[in-house]
Amino acid sequence: MENPYLPYPVRIDNIITETEDKNLKTFKFVFLNPEDEAKFDYHAGQFAELSIAGKGEIPIGIASSPTEKGFVMFTVNKVGLVSSHLHAMKEGDIMGIRGPLGNWFPWETLKGKNVVIIGGGFAFTTLRASIIHMLAHRDQFGDITVVYGARTPGMLLYREELAQWEKRDDIDMHITVDSTDDPDWKYNTGFVPTITEQKAPPGDENTYAIICGPPIMIKFTQPVLDKNGYHPENMIMSLENRMKCGIGMCGRCNVGRHFVCKDGPVFTLGQLNRMPKEY
Amino acid sequence: MKIININKADWNTGLKKTADGYRLIGPVMDQGFYLFKPLESGKVPDMGFTNTRLSAKGIIYPQSQTLFNYSLDPNREDHHLLTEPEDAHQLTVVIGIRPCDAAAFVQVKRNFDAPDYQDPYWLSAYENTVLVGLACDQPGSTCFCTTAGGGPYHEDALDVLLVDEDDQYLARVVSEKGAAFLAKAGWTETADNDLVMKTIATRKEAAENRISSTIKTNNLADAETMAIYDAPFWDDVAFACINCGTCTYLCPTCWCFDIQDETHGMSGQRMRSWDSCMFPLFTLHGSGHNPRGQKVQRVRQRFMHKLKYYVDKYEAGIQCVGCGRCVDQCPVNIDIRKVCELMNNAGKQSVTCAA
Amino acid sequence: MIGYIDKIKQISKQILEDCKVDMVIGFRRGTVPMMNEPCVAKTEDDVDQFVWDGHCGINLANYLMGRKEKIGIVAKGCDTRNIVTHIIENKIDRDQLYIIGVPCKGMIDRRQVNNRFEGVREVIDQGDTVKIIGADFEEKLDKTDLLQSNCATCTHPNPVIHDELVGDPVEVPTDIDQWADVRKIEAMSTEDKWGYFDDLLKECIRCYACRNACPLCYCPTCFVDESTPQWVGKSQDPIDVRTFHFLRAFHCAGRCTDCGACERACPVGINMRVFTQKLEKDCYDLYGWEAGLTTDVRPPLDTYRADDPEEFIK
Repeated sequence: MENPYLPYPVRIDNIITETEDKNLKTFKFVFLNPEDEAKFDYHAGQFAELSIAGKGEIPIGIASSPTEKGFVMFTVNKVGLVSSHLHAMKEGDIMGIRGPLGNWFPWETLKGKNVVIIGGGFAFTTLRASIIHMLAHRDQFGDITVVYGARTPGMLLYREELAQWEKRDDIDMHITVDSTDDPDWKYNTGFVPTITEQKAPPGDENTYAIICGPPIMIKFTQPVLDKNGYHPENMIMSLENRMKCGIGMCGRCNVGRHFVCKDGPVFTLGQLNRMPKEY
Repeated sequence: MKIININKADWNTGLKKTADGYRLIGPVMDQGFYLFKPLESGKVPDMGFTNTRLSAKGIIYPQSQTLFNYSLDPNREDHHLLTEPEDAHQLTVVIGIRPCDAAAFVQVKRNFDAPDYQDPYWLSAYENTVLVGLACDQPGSTCFCTTAGGGPYHEDALDVLLVDEDDQYLARVVSEKGAAFLAKAGWTETADNDLVMKTIATRKEAAENRISSTIKTNNLADAETMAIYDAPFWDDVAFACINCGTCTYLCPTCWCFDIQDETHGMSGQRMRSWDSCMFPLFTLHGSGHNPRGQKVQRVRQRFMHKLKYYVDKYEAGIQCVGCGRCVDQCPVNIDIRKVCELMNNAGKQSVTCAA
Repeated sequence: MIGYIDKIKQISKQILEDCKVDMVIGFRRGTVPMMNEPCVAKTEDDVDQFVWDGHCGINLANYLMGRKEKIGIVAKGCDTRNIVTHIIENKIDRDQLYIIGVPCKGMIDRRQVNNRFEGVREVIDQGDTVKIIGADFEEKLDKTDLLQSNCATCTHPNPVIHDELVGDPVEVPTDIDQWADVRKIEAMSTEDKWGYFDDLLKECIRCYACRNACPLCYCPTCFVDESTPQWVGKSQDPIDVRTFHFLRAFHCAGRCTDCGACERACPVGINMRVFTQKLEKDCYDLYGWEAGLTTDVRPPLDTYRADDPEEFIK
């Protein structure tokens, strides 16, 4: 019997400090046993448990795309015990990854559709994976629009990639910051809901929005999309809840009968409207 | 079905014979109440109990257990790697488990033996355990097993059902595992005759009639989840609750757990320990946000899980065997029978309104 | 007792009608013998559910913390002492409360009754005697033989603070040695004490019923629940179990009224009161202090006096 609690051993290959507050770091992991990489067969939108012996585990969205080979990548916010310890670790250190876990964005459904990615703050990790995935299979999708905002330019994740995507004509990028005094800032200024209202295409049955961000952003973006004609079943969200096992057994992350770790984290707004608001 | 006659004079010697193949666990009276404990060296189970204070769940699913070992010593090649402990789960027999506690394992198994993931610790322990049940002739005043899908003579979840008949046990052999254990004890005298069958049937009926407490669950499955969730009675139900873990820890069907690393010096264990939906920490986010930060939300979660979410998820009834422990031991008298009635009625109302 | 409940209902209805309070916290009949359930009454009909007898052992002061409403509360001696402690510790404002004081004749020890009698169906508190009814028996016993152990040694059965009393104060016994149990343990050798504590705590399942039933344990996050840093492990390691019980007792030093809520709540019958009692005895011996008797004096452990005893500093 496979032990679903046993992580794959990995080595930290590379660490990048993403943001000016130094609270977000991106870790690239390489599997110690090459055959584990094949077993870790994932889709954009899934997460994994990062496991540090002596500290514990944390569920983190996978920031790399399955189309990127040779490593898996996670961007981690320094919040609690495990993430703080992880931030203090060095390249070459040994730890574990358990997964992939949960469901993913509905890529089969999204084939041939327009996709609007709406992200805020550090909740852009699985959205990065999604963008990389879609660009690697560009012909499978209609228009791709991205609205991504952070408090300041220095708080945006993956800034080099954002700049590259800006240059492409097959993806419609709308980067924004809440405010900045940088005179060279050449993108938008304003909150994500506002920019969404201005830039996102109108909703129709062929257009889906994937929304990840802090609760306050989601709260104000949702009515904008409503007004813009997006059907609740076409609004896709990714939930977070406290987790331990990641496989639907330990009982804490449930929202009604659904476990965020196994039945989620991805739900449509239509589904969420029929569930208790326990997230 | 085969029935073996065990003369009580042969009971202790028979149990003794099994000791070289089985780890024996049975009910023992200590500090004023019964618990299941290992029966070391010739200790005999005390079969004169109504029910044990704690359920039998800890035999398969210990309150704390090691999932992995690890070393943090950089001089060791396997430092920071998790290694599985040797599966030391000896073939175990539980003597005198009540049919309700055994039925609980069937309910809990749906969680630990899912189609996509299997919990190797729970399953290994379960598969290596023989359940020699004791039919319940004197159910307690808060027992409601007969309306929770079971009964005092319910044998489906058992390997053997013992019926206490004067100076003998009539042992109904339910499974191969059970038969093997009885053979090991040297109990082989078959008693499959009409008289014995009739005796058991009469005793069974008498025991069922002694169950004075019932619940109704008929509307739960069809009810709208949110109709029960948003029902007006939760504040009143939850008022007295002090959010301790007594109900969940004593419950044979509560399975929620926590995983934590415990390090001593350079080595340690990744431990799994029982957890409780009554505790605020159970759902607390790293950000400080808590989706079930209020007491009433946690109380509702416990009952919704047992009586609605589970019902919907597995379509196999409620997650409760009617053992009555939570009713007996709740320090503030929150009573699942009462809450179940409220929920069942709330379900009924919503169905009527929709029609 | 019958007189008490009539008076409790009458006062509760009156203060609700006069809008002196938004709610009254009291007890309603429980679903199992010897268990009444704390409940809240907001209407006259709710008040009609109220009961009072020797099965009201739960300390209702536990239900006051952080409430903003004006509250009527039915309170026996120990409950009022905990209310005093809440007032001192700014957990509730005296002006928010209308205290319906109940002179207390002691609470019945349900575990003792259940251990002595099989299949108890009903237990009726008749004042000085208790009638115990089972499926096929009926017994009458002196109530003094069935009291919770803390009630048997209670020296403050009358409410120390109240807006109204529901009956005449009960006679306060003077011939009670409330520290007898503590003295027995104090007299043990170190090894014997250690063995005694190990045995005492060996069945603890860390459900925290003792902590949660205790009106003193209101920390927003208990030290056992802290995760950064984590002070106590989550497993059944006996060191963690001990740490929890010892530290909790120390947190209650100079505050505990020996109301017995902790012991009463414990599902595995641990008398963790021996820890809190020892500390209360020390507070009494060192500072002449008994918790919760007055709102006018600060408790010894949150004040400093130049003549504080310091022999324990070695």
